[in-house]
Amino acid sequence: MNFLLKRMKKIEPLFEKGGRFEKLHSVYDGFATFLFVPDKVTYRGSHIRDHMDMKRTMTVVIIALIPALLFGSYNIGLQHTRAFGINDWTLMNMFWFGFLKLLPLIIVSYVVGLGIEFIAAQIRGHEINEGYLVTGMLIPLIMPIDVPLWMLAVSVAFSVIIGKEIFGGTGMNILNPALTARAFLFFSYPGWMTGDAVWIEGLTKGGGLDGFSGATPLALAKLDGFSQMPSAMEMFIGTIPGSVGETSTVAILIGAFILLVTGVGSWRIMLSMTLGALGMGLLLNATGGNEYTQIPAYYHLIMGGFAFGAVFMATDPVTAAQTNTGKYIYGALTGIMVVIIRVFNPAYPEGTMLAILLMNVFAPLIDHFVVNANINRRLKRVKTA
Amino acid sequence: MENVEKEPLWTAKTKKLLTNPLGMENPITVQVLGICSALAVTVKMKPAIVMAISVTVVVALSNLIIALMRKSIPGRIRIIVQLVVIATLVIIVDQFLKAFAFDVSKQLSVFVGLIITNCIIMGRLEAFAMANKPWPSFLDGIGNGAGYGLILIIVSFFREFLGSGSIMGYPVMEKLGVYKFGYEDNGMMILPPMALITLGLIIWVQRARNKSLIENK
Repeated sequence: MNFLLKRMKKIEPLFEKGGRFEKLHSVYDGFATFLFVPDKVTYRGSHIRDHMDMKRTMTVVIIALIPALLFGSYNIGLQHTRAFGINDWTLMNMFWFGFLKLLPLIIVSYVVGLGIEFIAAQIRGHEINEGYLVTGMLIPLIMPIDVPLWMLAVSVAFSVIIGKEIFGGTGMNILNPALTARAFLFFSYPGWMTGDAVWIEGLTKGGGLDGFSGATPLALAKLDGFSQMPSAMEMFIGTIPGSVGETSTVAILIGAFILLVTGVGSWRIMLSMTLGALGMGLLLNATGGNEYTQIPAYYHLIMGGFAFGAVFMATDPVTAAQTNTGKYIYGALTGIMVVIIRVFNPAYPEGTMLAILLMNVFAPLIDHFVVNANINRRLKRVKTA
Repeated sequence: MENVEKEPLWTAKTKKLLTNPLGMENPITVQVLGICSALAVTVKMKPAIVMAISVTVVVALSNLIIALMRKSIPGRIRIIVQLVVIATLVIIVDQFLKAFAFDVSKQLSVFVGLIITNCIIMGRLEAFAMANKPWPSFLDGIGNGAGYGLILIIVSFFREFLGSGSIMGYPVMEKLGVYKFGYEDNGMMILPPMALITLGLIIWVQRARNKSLIENK
């Protein structure tokens, strides 16, 4: 490491103002701070600098994503063996099969996304932000495994340019960039984001077992309610068709634990979103209506992308509400919207993505009212005293 | 006639009336007027072109008529008078399209009728025709109609090319054979949000090239 540090210091002047590679300064800066803790100190005023800078925060999220990633890889293999009637694969076979299928998605996501970020940073003279390290990992995890790579590339480019860079880059975006990419794909190429073939590797090219359907539990619930769905245990563990990283509630809970212990994810949002969805589910159970409303409320937490959305998407510190009270409201409304969209919208089987994007838009408004209410309360206290 | 001195038909000033609305004073990208129809009729190029011509005709003729009548219109009822003129012209255009271009007229449906409420037309009448002579007013109408049409055609080109894989109804993508390689048309380009985003990108490009358009913070 010492050797590396010396090398980096040696070439640093080249990238300073007036140096030969002045234009590439942000690239140098990005790599240097990625490898080593920046040695910047504040000179004026009293500041407390936490060791949790943005890079550490992002690293923790990446670590928290690993269980979902590993289980997702295994599940790709597992679903493949089920669809094609393969009986003699071991657990490692399935895992490697899935991992090798998932790898291209991850590579495309990072190469396209980071490429655009690097270019944008050079043009604007910004630092390169680490924001995309997490987004780039989230995107493959919320995609169906059979999505064509060029479509993935287009949607990543769209989300980074239109969803993020236009607003000023990391920290300025209104919408969650990973979900923006997914929403773009969802509306642009609906054939690759819905249905009962894309969720299982190889099935879009045909050749699956007769009568095998790769429909997700959500699609089944929409189709004819409760009767056709996999068991709650299966959905909890995650051996069901779905987007790569979203199927296993267990793996996501491990990630949630990591986020909560390190304080990176907001427990307020996770809790209120869960309660919101549960409450709405129970309300529908009580009022009835159609068969879908009769699904046990806790099913909404373990099927589809709810768990993944609640832990990794809704808690995005940039696009969520910033105030503590606001976080409760934001989370609860997101949970309620998820269930409403799932049950009542005939066109979309899954509501998590759209609910979070919708509430991303409302988050600043919620904060505005929370802050104003606080100001009014304190004003009143001053006046009465 | 008190003011007898005659101006020539073509001066630098009248030329500007035609060219300014295409760029620096574009009704859509700079004044941000007429957005609604720009989103609605730009799925395909053909209806967009017809719409552009219709609006140009209406805005030019209504500018001309109002400029002719401008001294005899009482100030308090001028909006009504303007609306009567616009509505008459729009109905003529609508009937004309129904008679000679029925298919396109069906595709444009209510949006031909809604030219009446197009902000560009009312805006030009209020801002220009009420205070200028007929000839410059007519040119101003043509210029603004063309500025509107230009943006409509650019937006519809991208939406039809990327959303339906064709240009003016000619299946370019199919002829190129890209579908065989797994290419698919982008379904979102057909939806209105992408029209708004395309429009936003055009504004972005225009402002990036023309720094004077950027407002001070």
